[in-house]
Amino acid sequence: MINYFKEILVGFWSLLAGMAVTIRYFTKPIVTVQYPREKIKMSPAYRGYPRLIIDPETQTHRCIACEMCARICPSQLITVEGIKFPGEKQKRATKYVHEHYYCSLCGLCTEVCPTSALEYSDEYRLAGYHREDAVLDHLVILQLRQTAAGLPVTAIPSAEEIAAAAAAEAAAKEAKAKAAAAAKKPQAGEEVKE
Amino acid sequence: MITSGIEEKTFVLNLGPQHPSTHGVLRVLLEMDGEYITAAEPVIGYGHRAHEHMAENRNYQQFLPNMGRVDYLHALAFNQGYCMAVEKLLGLEVPERAEYIRVITNELNRLTSHLLWFGAYLMDLGAFTPFLYCFDDREHILDLLDSLTGSRLTYCFYRFGGVPKDIDDDFISGTRAFIHRLRSRWADYDNLVTKNVIFIHRTKGVGLFTKEQCQLYGITGPSLRGSGIPYDIRKSEPYSAYPQFHFEIPIGENGDIYDRYIVRLREMEQSCRIIEQALNKLPKGPIMAEKVPKRIKPPEGEVYTAVETARGEFGIYIVSQGDVKPYRIKLRVPSFANLSLMVESFKDNLVADVVAILGSIDVVIPEIDR
Ligand code: SF4
Ligand code: SF4
Repeated sequence: MINYFKEILVGFWSLLAGMAVTIRYFTKPIVTVQYPREKIKMSPAYRGYPRLIIDPETQTHRCIACEMCARICPSQLITVEGIKFPGEKQKRATKYVHEHYYCSLCGLCTEVCPTSALEYSDEYRLAGYHREDAVLDHLVILQLRQTAAGLPVTAIPSAEEIAAAAAAEAAAKEAKAKAAAAAKKPQAGEEVKE
Repeated sequence: MITSGIEEKTFVLNLGPQHPSTHGVLRVLLEMDGEYITAAEPVIGYGHRAHEHMAENRNYQQFLPNMGRVDYLHALAFNQGYCMAVEKLLGLEVPERAEYIRVITNELNRLTSHLLWFGAYLMDLGAFTPFLYCFDDREHILDLLDSLTGSRLTYCFYRFGGVPKDIDDDFISGTRAFIHRLRSRWADYDNLVTKNVIFIHRTKGVGLFTKEQCQLYGITGPSLRGSGIPYDIRKSEPYSAYPQFHFEIPIGENGDIYDRYIVRLREMEQSCRIIEQALNKLPKGPIMAEKVPKRIKPPEGEVYTAVETARGEFGIYIVSQGDVKPYRIKLRVPSFANLSLMVESFKDNLVADVVAILGSIDVVIPEIDR
């Protein structure tokens, strides 16, 4: 009998003790952030979508279209195209499309890039109405960011320019191959391979 | 007594697959005799993503992000298990500092997992308030891990041979401050929940797992330790830098829900201890092993490694045929075994206790379905 009442009293006391905790915190300042009226600054390491870095020296991207990122990506979502323009030492990206809806933000592409051309953005509002909203053309995004920062805008090569560059490259290659063939003097029966 | 016209009949009650307290898409068929359960059968596989098959079609690095998505609540333990297995295959030696960083982040992640369990489980039992407090605490860890790994939930942080990013002074002081804060909250948790009479009545003596049952079903993790078996991979098969730290394995006595709850609470304190020791002893040095090959192509062979996640033993078995892709990867996940015993223990319980038992083993359904 005594135990019965004791249990009731102890039980009731435990409920009051729990209430006391709630009341104590009731008087403390709130910890929740009133999104969207308030926003938190993302940490520098935050992984938004990967994007091209604007090089502080050249004020453009550093991508040499080596396609390392496209090859290592687990979801194979990166499409990079690039070509060597006449008079330039390295290839330059002419297309960099990132289908963000497949991205697992794993960080492999940014780590593998030989020229460290990729970084993470701090963008977290990526909701869209269409699937295409999540297809990011990084060269266009780069232009927008350059405009916003007041930097000279990197032009995206047009199809004609790419074709011309490709033709020039092919011509150069052919000339080189011919020169090599002339120097080597192929023996009879052996075909000249490009 | 009127007997004519009354037949003994049972009926089937369907729990889930979209039930807020099944923590994912788990469906359990309950055969009921009135309020009592006579048999239960889980139906799993709603979240099957074929992780093991994916592994066979990707190279070793490309499988890294998958590990964050098997058990999304303790992703770093899965990261570690996989990295350890591949490192063993490659014969890579991980630098001391990287191991320490792995232990620290791993234990922080374990804390987030237990804190989330704490909140979500009490919500299952009908207590809403504790959820708010533990999520407040959890948020601090997420911020810390975010500043290091860049993600808040599905981490993909460890790499073969180490970690890609070093911890800085901000992280260290933030972690210390957090542990101090969490310790000051234990009293609140006790007052809010552990001593609460309703909680005690709902959990004591309910959902008993006996030692024999646990061994029979291969239960691991806090659910096993709640039944009084002190088995923890961090002690029994020490890996990474764990042998260098002092910590205890908390165990329960009866194997009921209350014991599993207490074990998890005490484990959080042990995690705090491990993190503190690791921060104090943090060695200097590189965070990445030298000579990590660019192309991961392990020699022919098989490895098995096991790590202790927040839910029990996670084992990973890799068969390599000397290719850039694994020949076969098998994941041994703790929740699958735990679930099997759970449905067994539903028998002869009231339907009102089903959710209490279900939550108490901390199932993560994506891990079962994988
Ligand atoms: S790895 Fe870097 S340089 Fe190569 S294509 Fe990708 S972004 Fe460009
Ligand atoms: S973060 Fe990972 S998934 Fe996303 S684009 Fe880079 S490599 Fe691909």
